[in-house]
Amino acid sequence: MQLLWELYRTFFVIGALTFGGGYAMLPMLEREIVNKHKWGTQEELLNYFAIGQCTPGVIAVNTATFVGYKKKGILGGIAATLGVITPSLIIITAIAMVLENFMDIVWVQHAFAGIRVAVCALIASSVIKLIKSNIKQWWHIALAVAGFVVVALFSLSPVYVVIACAVLSFIFGKKVQKA
Amino acid sequence: MMELLTLCFEFFKTGLFAVGGGLATLPFLTQMQQKYGWFTAEDLANMIAVSESTPGPIGVNMATYVGYMTKGIPGALTATLSLVLPSLIIVLIVAKAMDKYQNSPLVQNMFAFMRPAVTGLIAAAGFSVLKIALFKAGAATFFTGIDWLAVVLFIVLLVLTQVKKLKKIHPIAFIAVGAVIGILFGM
Repeated sequence: MQLLWELYRTFFVIGALTFGGGYAMLPMLEREIVNKHKWGTQEELLNYFAIGQCTPGVIAVNTATFVGYKKKGILGGIAATLGVITPSLIIITAIAMVLENFMDIVWVQHAFAGIRVAVCALIASSVIKLIKSNIKQWWHIALAVAGFVVVALFSLSPVYVVIACAVLSFIFGKKVQKA
Repeated sequence: MMELLTLCFEFFKTGLFAVGGGLATLPFLTQMQQKYGWFTAEDLANMIAVSESTPGPIGVNMATYVGYMTKGIPGALTATLSLVLPSLIIVLIVAKAMDKYQNSPLVQNMFAFMRPAVTGLIAAAGFSVLKIALFKAGAATFFTGIDWLAVVLFIVLLVLTQVKKLKKIHPIAFIAVGAVIGILFGM
């Protein structure tokens, strides 16, 4: 029970203090998991993180579940996961409530019109980063363009794209590995 | 009640199929917006801004926000818990056979195919936000609809994100600049 509470509390802190998730949370994880609680070594942490990246879902959540599971089984996994999402639930709900009441004010609307443009720039810069690290061969380009077209122009669900990729990887996986 | 069930189903699906974390949930949210109209495309862009400038994983933040916009606090709880449920199940299954799973050629291949496609998916989601941010609603033609001030701001900010020295700057700084310009120019 003590350890479950400790897991919940630790991941609550990690959730509350990391902005952005993904790689941004790695330093926080190091400090809390490796240095403070000694729940694992640096190397183990990177392994957990790698697993978090190659399982579906939010990386931060996956990593939390994994560390929790390693420490205290299924209940540990659940405690850590709930810990990492609680700050979001509290903070975002509070902001959404406040914003609902402020959205009628003209200058708030102006501010958000500008903010939306900034968000576009941020997404575009993320996409550039993703292109640099993920697009290296002609068939990568084909997959990226197909994914874009199917969702942007035909409004199909991204689910189909992900499933299609899994199927393609079963069929062509070996060929690609050799290439 | 029906709406909560739909939220649960949609976010479970998102948690299950959003590969690559954070922004990978965005294409699913765009899809939800088009399919159910629970919130407007503008709301979605605002949500991204709030999610990026508050603590917590972006994917979780966006789920909480969408849930709240749709059905208040019960919606926020439903969406967030449904988003993490597939992760919980999958990670707990994989945890036992972690080394085998991580190094399996099957999994490696799958990710080799998914990563480029997810890049396209995120670009598509970004594109739909771009349409909202850079075009005025209800304009008669393509050209009269372009909000030139927004276009210029977009290009300037995008170029700034690519400057090496500014790479470490937190996204919140860009969002703040957007807000200030928006107020100053009455966008």
